[in-house]
Amino acid sequence: MSIVVKNGRVIDPASGTDRVADLLIVDGRIAGVAPNLSSPHAEIFDATGLVVAPGFIDMHVHLRQPGFEHAETIESGSRAAAAGGFTSICCMPNTKPVNDSATVTSYIVEHARRHAVVNVHPIGAITKGSGGTELAAIGAMKAAGAVAISDDGLPVMNARVMRRAMEFARSYGVPVINHCEDLDLSAGGDMHEGVRSVRWGLRGIPAAAEDVMVARDLLLAELTGARYHVAHVSTRRAVAMVAAARQRGLPVTAEATPHHFTLADDDMPPYDSNYKMKPPLRSTGDREAVIEGIVSGAVSAIATDHAPHPGSEKMQEFERCPFGVIGLETAVALALEHLVHPGRISLGRMVELFTTGPEAVVRLGRGTLEPGAPGDATIFSTNLEWTYDVNQSFSRSRNSPFHQCTFRGGPVATIVDGEFVWKR
Amino acid sequence: MPAGLLGIEELDRAAIEALLARAKDFQPLQSQSLKKLDTLRGKMIVNLFYEASTRTRTSFEIAAKRLGADAISITAAGSSVSKGESLVDTLNTLAAMRPDAIVMRHSASGAPHFLARHLPTPIINAGDGTHEHPTQALLDARTILDRLGRLDGLRVAIIGDIAHSRVARSNVHLLSRFGAEIVLCGPASLLPAELAHLAPGVRLTGDIRDAIRDADVIMMLRVQLERQHEASFPASEYFTFYGLRLEHLDLAKPDAIVMHPGPINRGRELSSEVADFQRSAILNQVENGVAVRMAVLEKVIG
Repeated sequence: MSIVVKNGRVIDPASGTDRVADLLIVDGRIAGVAPNLSSPHAEIFDATGLVVAPGFIDMHVHLRQPGFEHAETIESGSRAAAAGGFTSICCMPNTKPVNDSATVTSYIVEHARRHAVVNVHPIGAITKGSGGTELAAIGAMKAAGAVAISDDGLPVMNARVMRRAMEFARSYGVPVINHCEDLDLSAGGDMHEGVRSVRWGLRGIPAAAEDVMVARDLLLAELTGARYHVAHVSTRRAVAMVAAARQRGLPVTAEATPHHFTLADDDMPPYDSNYKMKPPLRSTGDREAVIEGIVSGAVSAIATDHAPHPGSEKMQEFERCPFGVIGLETAVALALEHLVHPGRISLGRMVELFTTGPEAVVRLGRGTLEPGAPGDATIFSTNLEWTYDVNQSFSRSRNSPFHQCTFRGGPVATIVDGEFVWKR
Repeated sequence: MPAGLLGIEELDRAAIEALLARAKDFQPLQSQSLKKLDTLRGKMIVNLFYEASTRTRTSFEIAAKRLGADAISITAAGSSVSKGESLVDTLNTLAAMRPDAIVMRHSASGAPHFLARHLPTPIINAGDGTHEHPTQALLDARTILDRLGRLDGLRVAIIGDIAHSRVARSNVHLLSRFGAEIVLCGPASLLPAELAHLAPGVRLTGDIRDAIRDADVIMMLRVQLERQHEASFPASEYFTFYGLRLEHLDLAKPDAIVMHPGPINRGRELSSEVADFQRSAILNQVENGVAVRMAVLEKVIG
């Protein structure tokens, strides 16, 4: 089995490649990037006018399996990922049961091997049941395939526990990913604390809820020497603190979600739960700071925080609706529309944010088109006009604020381990 | 979206004036022996109250009946709500019985706005969480007009738990349409700085004397312990610093009026003497509740 992707603009930041060439994938591995490649019986894909990149990595998704299969399954989530141009996804541990043991990690890995169309890499919990007190079996989860640890939406509030987790994580070589939210400061909040929340009578989540925990974690990362990653950074001060820590040479990284670099609280229709997520859509100043972080390099990855919730859960009073939006199928288009087309970043930088950026954190051994690398590739257009219809989504859920948005550019085809798993 | 009444923020000055003028027409009716009109004969109004309420619910019911409409009231306790039915399912069920309007009170801000997007029936907001209480602001405005003869350019002090007050928000939106100078006053933890951006003409202060000085209208808010999700202020000190006492009234304009949306807590947010004070307009407010709600029901359904 081989594939030749002809005449695309091949952008591979890992090898410093940006030129029109052919990409040859043989037996599930990258065989080469060069003009006029061919292989007997190869499937030919004409990528004239398209960009050919290493397979995109989304290091922050929720696949809801085991436990919440009405919202998403490993299979449905993986199909949404493929349609979004992602070839590898890392799934957060807030399933039922929580992925806090090698047993659950193995279940996800095995189930994904049989049912997922993209590579699925579990992220293990930091504490048992993400309860915040007792460390989970970090070493055993790593051995079973976990690529990082995080308690995601239930961040470890106890600084001593976080310190111990970082020490363990360092010794196992896994990064610690934190959803930074001081749960006391954010308690009861439904949206960003600002003029909008006060006007609408909704309880606010202050930016300080994120900043306080980022500050604590950066100090602990320095104390322990752990590799530390800020999930979905959303505030001006958090971006600044991460940038300062990186300048001091700490092994610290941060990701931004498409919704946080495209939307602010002012863009929210009143009480529309498809705009309700954590961290919340912040002020326009915070959104601009996130974009500046992406431009400056303080933010090194784009991750979707794809968080499916069925319609029945989002069709409630705003304060009762769960937090989160789906995002796998719109991420690339939003990055093009809001970062590349306005000239904020280059196309090459965008590819980094989807490949080498996350790869540096979760170390999947992917994210490059170097010969011998796994045969994953993302083929996308920078000018294809299309409209997102959430009702056609591969996800089991429909909670997107980008329904009916029209885009210029987006994924066209996705190759995982040398096979097409999705074509537009 | 069918035209109901979700908030004052959506109304322009002309719409507010029209409702207040119509409410004035209905005022004499309240003291006649034959009080019933047939303007809305054959119409059905459902009052759906997810939160305890005496005066608002009763006054909506009376307003509906005086217009000749049939009104039924449903409270959350003892209905399908207490059996775990979702809000949208309950409302769809009610809407299927084809009422002409649903009057709704709910503890969640935005609940009527959410339903208005999904239901064919006009919804009248009778108070949503800490967001808006439009008919309260209208009856307050009607009361001010009756007592002071004008709404334009007044100086109004609103004192108390502003953060959690839907009455304050609706009044700010309404009075601002008439160029009022509005001073919001309360403990800092109940007075977020963002309130200054609610509408033009709003100023914040933590000093009750500063708020009352030269005021035409003093609106006291109930201390809403049920909306306090935490200890935002030391309760023992509240009356000392934010309670309205007779001596404060010397700072206000000589003909200033004192208002309160009720129910009042004597000794907590205002002294008993103030509650019974001759310039207190509290009972006028209650009286105007029916007239204003008749005007609203007539506009929405008529």
